[in-house]
Amino acid sequence: MPEKAIGCARPTGSVVGEEPAKDTESTEPERKEVPVNKIMVGRKAPDFTAPAYHAGEFKQVKLSDSLGKWVVLCFYPGDFTFV
Amino acid sequence: MSVSVDTQFVHKMWNETELSKMVDGGVPFPMIADAAGHLGKAYGVYDDEAGVDVRGRFIIDPDGMVQAMEVLTPPVGRKVEESLRQIKAFQHVRKTSGAEVTPSGWEPGKKILKPGPDLVGHVWEVWKPGDE
Repeated sequence: MPEKAIGCARPTGSVVGEEPAKDTESTEPERKEVPVNKIMVGRKAPDFTAPAYHAGEFKQVKLSDSLGKWVVLCFYPGDFTFV
Repeated sequence: MSVSVDTQFVHKMWNETELSKMVDGGVPFPMIADAAGHLGKAYGVYDDEAGVDVRGRFIIDPDGMVQAMEVLTPPVGRKVEESLRQIKAFQHVRKTSGAEVTPSGWEPGKKILKPGPDLVGHVWEVWKPGDE
């Protein structure tokens, strides 16, 4: 089975369900800090792709792949602590 | 999904050495690695002095809308039942397209409110703190 490349955790710069805006004016190949809308209840969540461990495998997770489901996103300071 | 600045490899070890002993079959959801804190920054929960993501919890609905967020400093843990209660409440509101809303302390089967002009000033007639 071909292994999918797993990159680092990155906000896509867009909210879930929308393609990142293309900046046609910019000549830079990639912006370092992608501006993300401020997080706020009642607004779309910042979308991201990130590496993850799930069910015995390493995989790349994209938040917008969970559209249609309820998602609880839970941050915590570190493994081997309580949650 | 859970997120910390640990790598996916550490997540695997934590799941194998500890979490799988607390939960049959181990953690059922993706454990996300946010090594550089980019996700934490996007969600406003990255502490750049400590270099970790603090205890932020976000409930995101099927449309990708953030419905709830809760952020705690590291020493105090969360209550899972409260997150589940909120999800059930948001699901109820969603099912009724907002025609029914849930007062404080609501749980499935308890009193709901129907917002509208008739309710203004009359909440006390249909709901009291003891109804929680």
